[in-house]
Amino acid sequence: MVQLGTDLVKRGMAQMQKGGVIMDVINAEQAKIAEAAGAVAVMALEMVPSDIRKAGGVARMADPRIVEEVMNAVSIPVMAKGRIGHIVEARILESMGVDYIDESEVLTPADEEYHLLKNEFKVPFVCGCRDLGEAARRIGEGASMLRTKGEPGTGNIVEAVRHMRKVNAQVKQIIHMERDELMTAAKELGAPYEVLLEIQRLKRLPVVNFAAGGIATPADAALMMELGADGVFVGSGIFKSECPEKFANAIVQATTHYQDYELIAKVSKEIGTPMKGIEISTLAPESRMQNRGW
Amino acid sequence: MKIGVLALQGAVEEHLDAIRKIGAEGIQIKSKEQLEEIDGLILPGGESTAMRKLIDFHEMMPALQAFDKPILGTCAGVILLADHVESNETHIGGLKVWVRRNSFGRQIDSFSAPLEIVGFTSSYEAVFIRAPQMDEVGEDVEILASYNGRIVLVRQGNKIGCAFHPELTEDLRIMQMLKEMILQSKLAHPSNVL
Repeated sequence: MVQLGTDLVKRGMAQMQKGGVIMDVINAEQAKIAEAAGAVAVMALEMVPSDIRKAGGVARMADPRIVEEVMNAVSIPVMAKGRIGHIVEARILESMGVDYIDESEVLTPADEEYHLLKNEFKVPFVCGCRDLGEAARRIGEGASMLRTKGEPGTGNIVEAVRHMRKVNAQVKQIIHMERDELMTAAKELGAPYEVLLEIQRLKRLPVVNFAAGGIATPADAALMMELGADGVFVGSGIFKSECPEKFANAIVQATTHYQDYELIAKVSKEIGTPMKGIEISTLAPESRMQNRGW
Repeated sequence: MKIGVLALQGAVEEHLDAIRKIGAEGIQIKSKEQLEEIDGLILPGGESTAMRKLIDFHEMMPALQAFDKPILGTCAGVILLADHVESNETHIGGLKVWVRRNSFGRQIDSFSAPLEIVGFTSSYEAVFIRAPQMDEVGEDVEILASYNGRIVLVRQGNKIGCAFHPELTEDLRIMQMLKEMILQSKLAHPSNVL
């Protein structure tokens, strides 16, 4: 029997993206630059996160015209962001045939209590996480891929590092726990018990986990791979840099060869200035995107 | 037996797991020099455009084209191996097929289905993710499986082209096919024995 939209094909799609770089783009021209630089997918948006910060107001799903323009421009997969809990934005993106939906804290949440029940969709979802509890809740709802939340649009890697280390440390703890300790861990983490059982059986997360939220340089991308990320999302880091083509190319190389330091030094030369960063402590708690969702 | 997996991008660990399960040693291949150490090579699933970019940057193309030991290309791997790629340039080449990228549609059309494969005694659950198909094949290319009239598995000499993902399921029969091919190739070319 033919089966569509199963965990196998939804999670499998993310597995094919491993070791790669997914880049935020706002039009066809940027999408083509990303594809030519070796991006494994593009994320179609109306504004990159650093511009969303500046613009203020309510950030929504991109205009379907932009999503369509990007889908027509490239042959690599196209992802798009919908607001947390916005069932209809997600259904619109699904109906357009986007390859992956990011239920994203970068946009203004539509629902402060409930995330989408992603199991009910045929299209796969990626969701942000700061710790294993959050990761496991999203998997429980049907997310087929995870990414650290980091702090989007800041060009500051510190939050992505914090979240990646936290998730991976907690996964290790779960793997080494006795079976009779798991229910208590589920209670303490706020994680579905079944997801923790699956982690223990597989000895890893059941879905791919990328790094996102603050990657601004080739070295940042390599650092996240070193810390155990399966790949990286780069939002503002590419098209807010001085020379996006060179930056995109250098970040792709650094992600694949993250332990080849001579190579990273080589590709990091003469690529111009990275995006200007923001020190996290200068951000008011209410403007921290990572606190959106639960 | 050492089997390399081109480790520039894609489902590398999944293939290394499968290699371990058939009792061989898996090696991540990130440079052309490493190709000399191995008895066979897997080009994994992933994004062919990204892999091509990385192959070129590290000048791996001549060494990959000269690699004459058994090769298994899955999904993006079969695109890299094909002699003709629809509306795109040829990458490594060597497998006499025409290939069409994403021919089953976008991710929303990705699926798994039972497949009848020549030489297998029971059906094989195949996972197709934004999969390519092969259209026409050269004379010495043996068609091993088709799905709804589209060619999805072929063998030509010591090359296997596979449009689906054997590394995502527990069924090791495609991997065994590669292992068998490597054993045959070692018998035929004893100097290649490592």
